[in-house]
Amino acid sequence: MTAVDSQNAMDAGLATDTAAPPAKPERRNPTPYLLSLPALALFAVLLLVPLAMTLLLSLNSFGFYTGIQDVWQLGNYTDIFTDSYFHEIFLRTFRIAFVVTLLSAVLGAPEAYILRRMHSPWRGLCLLIVLGPLLISVVSRTLGWALLFGSTGIINTALMSVGLIATPIEFMYTETGVIIALTHVLVPFMVLSVWASLQRLDPQVENAAMSLGAKPFTVLRRVVLPQVVPGILSGSIIVFALAASAFATPAIIGGRRLKVAATLAYDEFLNTLNWPLGAAVAILLLVANVVIIVGCNRLIERRYKQVFE
Amino acid sequence: MNRNGPVALIFHTLFLGFLLAPILIVCVVAFTSQGYLSLPTEGLSLRWFKAIGDNPEFVRAFRDSLVLGAISSTIAVGFSIPAALAIARHQFRGREFITALFLSPLMVPHIVLGIAFLRFFTQIGLGGTFVGLVLSHVIIILPFALRLILAASTGMDRSIENAAASLGATSWTTFRRVTLPLILPGVASGWVLAFINSFDEVTMTVFIASPETTTLPVRLFLYIQDNIDPLVAAVSAALIFMTVAAMLVLDRLYGLERLLVGRGQE
Repeated sequence: MTAVDSQNAMDAGLATDTAAPPAKPERRNPTPYLLSLPALALFAVLLLVPLAMTLLLSLNSFGFYTGIQDVWQLGNYTDIFTDSYFHEIFLRTFRIAFVVTLLSAVLGAPEAYILRRMHSPWRGLCLLIVLGPLLISVVSRTLGWALLFGSTGIINTALMSVGLIATPIEFMYTETGVIIALTHVLVPFMVLSVWASLQRLDPQVENAAMSLGAKPFTVLRRVVLPQVVPGILSGSIIVFALAASAFATPAIIGGRRLKVAATLAYDEFLNTLNWPLGAAVAILLLVANVVIIVGCNRLIERRYKQVFE
Repeated sequence: MNRNGPVALIFHTLFLGFLLAPILIVCVVAFTSQGYLSLPTEGLSLRWFKAIGDNPEFVRAFRDSLVLGAISSTIAVGFSIPAALAIARHQFRGREFITALFLSPLMVPHIVLGIAFLRFFTQIGLGGTFVGLVLSHVIIILPFALRLILAASTGMDRSIENAAASLGATSWTTFRRVTLPLILPGVASGWVLAFINSFDEVTMTVFIASPETTTLPVRLFLYIQDNIDPLVAAVSAALIFMTVAAMLVLDRLYGLERLLVGRGQE
């Protein structure tokens, strides 16, 4: 995941309605095909072929002395589905992704709401601080957490001096550490998503509720929340998908000891050299990602149709 | 408009603190005068920034990253312009499929792309080459360029083009003299966003880079896996300063909010 690691995974799902309606219906006009042909050819050769080759590779078998065998079988998949070692890794991956998504929603949604109620120039400045990290290399951001957790131990020193904890908490090489760092990397996506849904909310509606005697909390619960739920949900899809396939952050904070699906695939490829198994892990990750993104998008769009208009 | 209460402001301050803390700590530790990781309590020093210069591997990786970013964003923009014009202006069979395909690299985890490209390039003999890096980066950054160019060409007033055509301009001249200048802000921002994404990419690149041709984030990542010292903090800090500078330029050029939120108010 680069910063914008993969910026707005969601947009891929919504792509078709962002484009403008066509000027006029055209029949058998070759122009659009000719115009998109170069990119189409590029994607066919450089995206579809490599992905298809990975799928085929995942069906091959591997031996320590024989290398990659050109046979077709599902052994890698049955290995992953039956071995408790892989269960543990996939379970950990999804547990981390789930907690990160939850934390991002709890932190990001209120922050987006607060940002919207701010006034310029503060609003612009704060938005820059919140969204800016998306453009900073994920390696640098994770390094920051490694410094805070480990080497300098600032977090533990601070927590102990305020008396919150008695003994240092182990952050490096633990799920807690990975979750904190990943939340930091991904929470801007949640703010972005909720921010976008807040743009459609007319502040006058809140004022109307207030003038009719609603308490601030009631306004928040009955007026604001229903409007931003789609934003929170689509933000959650993005965050979950990116967290489940995150690589650099779990690799640096989790290390070799705390493997997740992405670092497992990496190890199989570059250390164990069992490419077919690594490819199978990658294919499962891809399928899970696409199912989650496309499936949840459909669900949200159907449930909240009126909000997306 | 409503104001934020004290609780909201405390939450806001803590949230910004959470976001800034790891970035600030990198920048602060980079200025340490000690030989090990520590806060610069005994005076600031630039020794670790100087040390970057003595480390040819980082310098070369930095240069390679810049060249890679520039070449691949230019190619991505070159492919995106005609595709964006086709999608924005024509209704044709398969239009939705083509749009989804061009944006699909956003949905495929980079770890999967890294593995797919490693396999593909090894098979066709491009493994560990700079050409391979460029080709793979073009694919992952094209969606970013396409989205902004698409937005620019969708919002464009077509009557000016018709005017040019009715005055006898050929379609190439119309494109070069009318269309391109009008969508140029979108093209330029698309290029910059593509460049940043190429420059920051690590997950996919770590699979296809070789020790001879590698990018700065990959070099940094592999170095951090072995040990963390003030040198990597200095390299990261330098990267952060550059990103902030690029961000300010981008904000002036296009508006950071519009760039990141996508379809903002235009």
